[in-house]
Amino acid sequence: MKVHEYQAKAILRKYSVACPRGEVAYTPSEARDIAARLGKKVVVKAQIHAGGRGKGGGIKLAATPDEAEKAAKEVIGMCLKTYQTGPQGRIVKRVLVEEASDIKKELYLGIVIDRRTAAPVIMASRSGGVEIEKVAELTPELIFREYIDITAGFQPYQARKLAFAMRLPSTVLSKAIAFMQALYRVFQESDASLVEINPLILTEDDNLLALDAKINFDDNALTRHPDIREMRDLEEEDPLEVEASKYNLNYIKLDGNIGCMVNGAGLAMATMDIIKLAGGSPANFLDVGGGASEEQVKNAFRILLSDKNVKAVLINIFGGIVRCDIVAQGIVRAAQELGLHVPMVVRIEGTNVEQGRAILQESGLNFTVATGMKDAAEKVVAVSRG
Amino acid sequence: MSILIDQKTRVVVQGITGKEGSFHAKQCVAYGTKIVAGTSPGKGGTSVDGIPVFNTVAEAVEKEGATASLIFVPPMFAADAVLEAIDGKLDLVVCITEGIPTADMLRVKNVIMRSKTRLIGPNCPGIISPGKAKLGIMPARIHQEGPVGVISRSGTLTYEAVWQLTCLGIGQSTCIGIGGDPIIGSTFLDLLPLFSADRDTKALVMIGEIGGSAEQEAAQYIKAHYKMPVVGFIAGQTAPPGRRMGHAGAIISGGKETAEEKMRIMEEAGITVARSPAEIGEKIKSLIKS
Repeated sequence: MKVHEYQAKAILRKYSVACPRGEVAYTPSEARDIAARLGKKVVVKAQIHAGGRGKGGGIKLAATPDEAEKAAKEVIGMCLKTYQTGPQGRIVKRVLVEEASDIKKELYLGIVIDRRTAAPVIMASRSGGVEIEKVAELTPELIFREYIDITAGFQPYQARKLAFAMRLPSTVLSKAIAFMQALYRVFQESDASLVEINPLILTEDDNLLALDAKINFDDNALTRHPDIREMRDLEEEDPLEVEASKYNLNYIKLDGNIGCMVNGAGLAMATMDIIKLAGGSPANFLDVGGGASEEQVKNAFRILLSDKNVKAVLINIFGGIVRCDIVAQGIVRAAQELGLHVPMVVRIEGTNVEQGRAILQESGLNFTVATGMKDAAEKVVAVSRG
Repeated sequence: MSILIDQKTRVVVQGITGKEGSFHAKQCVAYGTKIVAGTSPGKGGTSVDGIPVFNTVAEAVEKEGATASLIFVPPMFAADAVLEAIDGKLDLVVCITEGIPTADMLRVKNVIMRSKTRLIGPNCPGIISPGKAKLGIMPARIHQEGPVGVISRSGTLTYEAVWQLTCLGIGQSTCIGIGGDPIIGSTFLDLLPLFSADRDTKALVMIGEIGGSAEQEAAQYIKAHYKMPVVGFIAGQTAPPGRRMGHAGAIISGGKETAEEKMRIMEEAGITVARSPAEIGEKIKSLIKS
């Protein structure tokens, strides 16, 4: 799960990670009041779940409360397009108004889990404020890493190594160690999958501040963090994906025109791949899961069909725990209730496949049966072209 | 003609009184697996379909001589169950549970690396040695005994590959689903030596996904040590970067984690890469014939 910058900073503050003072505003007049309270030059920052906001015009400097109000007026409601939002952009609903800082140096700090060593890794770089992926590609020698032994924890010597590697003056060494250790505690105690401070800044008066903050959380651990779950902003997510998540369906909207319903994530990805190989384009990724019920299949079908780009549907089910007859009943019920207005190709295999095929056959629904994945993909691509 | 499990493996099912646990324990028994015990804290002394239930794994080991465990415990309690199995000094633990927090798996992984126990999963279909035993949830009837090993990060896509093989009359030695999570007990690299040491495995199917670098590391090992033919497939060739495709591990977060890059490295290592998931069986057929 992702959160906004202002929410991430609220979490950081709880752990005494230094951030610029600031508050969230939903209206220009709120932005004005916050700027007045801060009593100095401020930055008005669009809050969306995507990076690259500055370049897209979503971050503005304001010297006075009047200017802050004007900046907020421009940013709130704008459709912000960045390299991470895609061409459709994102409508800005809220802004963070925070005090402007005097920047001496821009650095980078990030924490993720390294799969190979099964350890959290803290990454630091003295080239902050730019995309870290670019730094990693062009100047990998500028990224320093410390792997954490989770039984011993993050040690001060490791923080010192990173601080020296970032060429921080020794006068801020103890501040840097405290900053990094607090950041690691955030990572660990909130079940984060990513904590990223980019840039981390050294101010003219030798303070370290998290100028930007990004935290992603492990979805599997959210049940033990109800406070973090509260921060979820549904408006930042695709409405069909939100709808799907209510039924424990894994749905990701894509830009093609062939709707797919598959059981299992690997098979769902492979189904998308084979559609592409057959010359078509998938409209979505949809995994109905390992133990799909008739109700779930019905909801999956409804979500699939509510995407207006869908010109044809491919159902690919390999029954293991999921029984083909249950899936078939779900499809028939959904098609009868919702009306099937596009051609459908069905490929089912595995547990109770004969009963499943019989249910589909006797339903009177208009669909094409496929014998294997290749056959299914070719047939659905053909019918999607009308 | 198999690795890790056979008809002699003595299995305890952790979480046997739950809906999934009891259902699949029965299925495994029907396939010929020796399920000798179950555990369910507080329900010790009862039984499920004639299988004795104990409060702890330690008791199941002591009284029934269990050497392997199959876990169906809910996600928030599953790490604890795996740690209990490691403490019981079992040789093999197969964890089916989906949705275990990554931080919990980090703790488990750190303990397992210092123990003699081998963990398969979590978030996986388990292991089957066709004709001998199954510790998992895969549909038994699609399998057939034979010479091809199958190792995969996915569940149903593994069934698809196995079914293609069986339809071509090619059986399997052992099929392992290693799981779709970022942190798993055994990686491709951990299990590849077992398949090459098995005299009766003559070819291998390796099914990977986008995300991470496990396939690249496996490819290097295959290049250096493998004599038998390997067919590989990578799911997610069309997946957009930054989106988690169902499996927590299936997300492209860097250029090296794409399907294209993985397939390139696998081909360089001499692996026959199936571009289409429908070609996996045919590729194996042509390799073992020649």
